[in-house]
Amino acid sequence: MIQRFLKSREAILLAAIFALTALIWTRFPGFVEPANLARVFNDTSPLIILAMGQMVVILTRCIDLSVAANLALSGMVVAMINAAFPGIPIPLLLALAVGMGAVMGSINGLLVWKLDIPPIVVTLGTMTIYRGFIFLISKGSWINAHQMSPAFKDLPRADLFGLPVLSWIAIVVVLGFLLLTSRTALGRSFFAVGGNPHAAVYTGINVGRTQCIAFIISGALAGLTGYLWVARYAVAYVDIAGGFELDVVAACVIGGISIAGGIGSVGGALLGALFLGIVKNALPVVDISPFWQLAISGGAIIIAVAFNSGSLRSKGRVILRKAEHTA
Amino acid sequence: MSVMKKILSTVAVTATFFAGAAQAEDMRIALVVKALGIGFFEAAAKGAEEAAAELGDVEIIYTGPTDTTAEGQIEVINALIAQQVDAIAISANDTDALVPALKKAMDRGITVISWDSGVAPEGRELQLNPSSSPLIGNMIIKLAADNLPDGGDVAVLSATTTSTNQNVWIEEMNKVAGNYPGINVVATVYGDDLADKSYREAEGLMQTYPDLKAIIAPTSVGIVAAAQAVTDAGKIGEVNVTGLGLPSEMAGHVESGASKSFAIWNPIDLGYSATMLAYNLAKGNAEAAPGAEIPMGRMGTLTLDENTEGAMADPFVYDASNIEEFKSIF
Repeated sequence: MIQRFLKSREAILLAAIFALTALIWTRFPGFVEPANLARVFNDTSPLIILAMGQMVVILTRCIDLSVAANLALSGMVVAMINAAFPGIPIPLLLALAVGMGAVMGSINGLLVWKLDIPPIVVTLGTMTIYRGFIFLISKGSWINAHQMSPAFKDLPRADLFGLPVLSWIAIVVVLGFLLLTSRTALGRSFFAVGGNPHAAVYTGINVGRTQCIAFIISGALAGLTGYLWVARYAVAYVDIAGGFELDVVAACVIGGISIAGGIGSVGGALLGALFLGIVKNALPVVDISPFWQLAISGGAIIIAVAFNSGSLRSKGRVILRKAEHTA
Repeated sequence: MSVMKKILSTVAVTATFFAGAAQAEDMRIALVVKALGIGFFEAAAKGAEEAAAELGDVEIIYTGPTDTTAEGQIEVINALIAQQVDAIAISANDTDALVPALKKAMDRGITVISWDSGVAPEGRELQLNPSSSPLIGNMIIKLAADNLPDGGDVAVLSATTTSTNQNVWIEEMNKVAGNYPGINVVATVYGDDLADKSYREAEGLMQTYPDLKAIIAPTSVGIVAAAQAVTDAGKIGEVNVTGLGLPSEMAGHVESGASKSFAIWNPIDLGYSATMLAYNLAKGNAEAAPGAEIPMGRMGTLTLDENTEGAMADPFVYDASNIEEFKSIF
């Protein structure tokens, strides 16, 4: 059991995270202080939440490139509502953000399910559509800190047992996904659909429907993150979280979620997101030329993915060798 | 849509025509903006009216298309030529597309200048820039220094490593940094004009330089994100965020004290100066030639460079005393 864990992708990633943190510690000792690590976790929370949603989508052999645009649109809508009607209670806005996100996710899902369009095409399209909508409703103007009510801005940063609410939401989402993927029929069907769609059909799983549900989950989480994002940075404009969908996909890929579907774990996605989050937060403090920063974060992704494909390939070889022996 | 646009611009033109006919003896200066209904330009029109009131014999025609297109502006220019206005001061939607129409205007003896967003040199007599890179570079470090009588460490949070504007401003800032003794520029970081990255970079600056006294962000996304990071770190009063931003976007952070002051051009002064320049050129008080110095009322004089462009003034400083007035303008 322990041996199996040590060989697993999660263990390698965990070791890489420790090595990375140690490396940062030699250049900036303050980074490993508990308060700072908590801050890094909090900063990475939106990425963790989105990576969970993206994970189930990728498990079913799909990809959701519209998460960042979905996030931005949901965030803009709740920010505009809050600016216009500051009296509306925050839980209601939160529910609205999640609901809007789910609706946008279901549009992706239905297009993939009912019209059988490749997910990368669908979400590439909806990504620009959702961004366009933000421009339409906001006319390109910003919703600024002074227009948002204090309650709206305070929720993600409110302190609960020493951690901000934003961090707690990420923790709850991760625990929820642990339960979902290991203890529910739906969670297992994500793996089945991605692993072998034809076999999944024979076991009575509706492949399209499962993929659609994965998109709805991803969308709902993007909506939730939309509110958290605009409240945390106290600003909403057309380009918020621009390009963030690639970070989310990268977190999943680093975490060992196979783009081919069917392989992956909640722990992997969590560690992948944390790895990226640590790199992003460390780069500003380790005094590396900004011209190098992009190259370094890109390099980290390539190395992680190389590890991933390397470990998969060796598995294939083992099977072949066994086959040779039996023959 | 295009029919609607035509009707609207015809209405606008007819309205200005009647307004023009009423006081034919005054000098008529048309202030043509990128589009009607934009706060920034409404404020510029206010400045133009102020100049007109000061001059006495000037009537301002504030006009522009209903959306920010060059075609719309060409229609407006043609209508103004037909009305035989004395001068056109335009903030252009396109550097080159307006040149033929504006040339036609100049051929008919109309004085043409561009302001804010310029026109190619052959389509105007002079271009009024809101400010210049050296003035901006000096202003952003001055804003930080003014609040640090005892000196201290300051850092720059820019947009991307390749943003031309920001790089030039920072370069100009570093040139004059020696004039502010005690102010140490310790780092320049890049937030890529993304709220989250800028926020993280600002946090990183505060961690790396615990004695940091000010963050200078010459970009509107960066300054807002840095102000929020300072607020969340509980460092209001310790770290002052300054730079370039818009009053509507910075109002909350000035109120909270995260930013004591910041700068950007003042649209009222810009409209005022454009009107003064157009008046002086049309009256024949001055000639728009390289090296010329043209008076612009309370804003001093405009010195033209070899491209007949000039910079109006230092960026205007916004702080707690005037933010309320400007936050609804732009």
